[in-house]
Amino acid sequence: MDISNKIATRESYGKKLVELGKVNKDIVVLDADLAAATKTELFKKEFPERFFDMGIAEQDMLGTAAGMATCGKIPYASTFAVFAAGRGYDQIRNSICYPKLNVKICATHAGISVGEDGATHQMLEDISLMRSLPNMTVLSVSDDTQTKWAVEEICKINGPVYLRLGRLASPIIYDENQKFEIGKGIQIGAGTDATVIATGLMVSEAIKAMEELKEKGINIRVVDIHTIKPIDKELIVKCAKETKRIITIEDHSIIGGLGSAVCEVLAEEYPTKVTRLGMKDTFGKSGKAEKLLEYFGLSKDGIIKELMS
Amino acid sequence: MKITDITELKNIANNIRIGIIEEVYAGKSGHPGGSLSCADILTVLYFNQMNINPEEPKSPARDRFVLSKGHASPALYSTLAERGYFDKKELLTFRGIDSILQGHPDMKHIPGVDMSTGSLGQGLSAANGMAMSSKLNGDGFRVYCLLGDGEIEEGQIWEAAMSAAHYKLDNLCVIVDNNNLQIDGEITEVMSSYPINLKFESFGFNVINVDGHNIEELIDAFNKAKTVKGKPTAIIAKTVKGKGVSFMENQVGWHGKAPNEEQYNCAIKELGGK
Repeated sequence: MDISNKIATRESYGKKLVELGKVNKDIVVLDADLAAATKTELFKKEFPERFFDMGIAEQDMLGTAAGMATCGKIPYASTFAVFAAGRGYDQIRNSICYPKLNVKICATHAGISVGEDGATHQMLEDISLMRSLPNMTVLSVSDDTQTKWAVEEICKINGPVYLRLGRLASPIIYDENQKFEIGKGIQIGAGTDATVIATGLMVSEAIKAMEELKEKGINIRVVDIHTIKPIDKELIVKCAKETKRIITIEDHSIIGGLGSAVCEVLAEEYPTKVTRLGMKDTFGKSGKAEKLLEYFGLSKDGIIKELMS
Repeated sequence: MKITDITELKNIANNIRIGIIEEVYAGKSGHPGGSLSCADILTVLYFNQMNINPEEPKSPARDRFVLSKGHASPALYSTLAERGYFDKKELLTFRGIDSILQGHPDMKHIPGVDMSTGSLGQGLSAANGMAMSSKLNGDGFRVYCLLGDGEIEEGQIWEAAMSAAHYKLDNLCVIVDNNNLQIDGEITEVMSSYPINLKFESFGFNVINVDGHNIEELIDAFNKAKTVKGKPTAIIAKTVKGKGVSFMENQVGWHGKAPNEEQYNCAIKELGGK
């Protein structure tokens, strides 16, 4: 992991979308007046005829994307996560998931790591909402390399996908040779004292915690769950068997998110005590992203504190 | 197939109405009122206007139809059966557990259904997406979208109306089934969507007002819509809820209720069936 080299997953998304647009002419991009923030403006600049700004009207944007998908287009629809999964939930459910239409909902600014905009803009329930929808594939990516892979890979899935992206710059975890597969988590390290199952922005924090704990003689491993649905049951059960503790961490509510998904797997397959780190049934607030993450324990230190307790 | 004979079209509309009653009676559930009100509109679209072929229901070049007021599914299914998309016998399975004919239109399983609808207010956005695709590809197909006058109380309709005009979707034709009734009562009492014509006009549509049961007026309006360039058209069709069955006409109670045996026999007799 290269801590000095940081890039936000929304940046990686915007860049990769341009590359993808060059090779796949069926790709169209829709945004709801946030192209500069979601980085779809890069696609807009390159392919203005395949870019549609739908204005501040997320429900219409998602419905329009559904209509385009019925005609063979592959729409990538972007806005902030709170407006995509929240404002547009019924449109995603009824116009996209029920008819299993080929729409890629690429939602940026997920979690409290949005920072200063505060609670109204910090989406903490999108994983919960999106993973309960039939036909939906849910991804939550952790770094630049993984995001670029995901943006291209979801194009090959013929059906709805929710891709969760962040605002905050995050370290590059994986090199170009890293292999990714939809539905397969990535185990980093092989410690047996604990497994920290993380997603998105929290993966790099978990890796930092793993490195610091090693110096204290505590050996943990990290599991990066980039595909929330379908989730990698096999890897989760394997880690529950091989390690003494399971901790989950996510920049999302602990209700319905990664932690819940892991608990569902273990309750049915290999009953294990799980500690869920995340937003504990509370809204976020304004502040610098890094400070907020620290404040709510969504950090390396939060993980270490939990493990040392 | 393009039928231009008005008497023949009227007969088809009547058959579609009989099918609606058969479905709702067989399913013991469904929405006859708002289905009967749009039967003439669907007749003109599927038998006189749209470029479609039941043999190739997924043909990329076909015209599209989105039933945004999805609860009028009995009307759409009866029309599709009448047009030959599937056997009329299917209509008797309406809303049953083994049926393809879901309570609200399901594009995945019903031949001829271009978009799944049901949650009101969502169809126009999808229709816009289709019309935008048509323009992007230069396919040239037209898109028709039927809205209810109660349905347009949903905010998303006006987001979509804004988009349709903004993107100059002259290949889009919206029809409002203005039967003046919604579940809780008259539109004017529950939540007035009037003046519908002026609303669409101010949103940038070419607006045509018609009697939604007058086949000639409907044909004329659809033909005019095709000649308008640079803006979408909205046809405001004044209709009667329950049209064709005397005791259902203008009765809000027949929005979403199935007839009993006696009422069924009476309705079929009035429509000249069996």
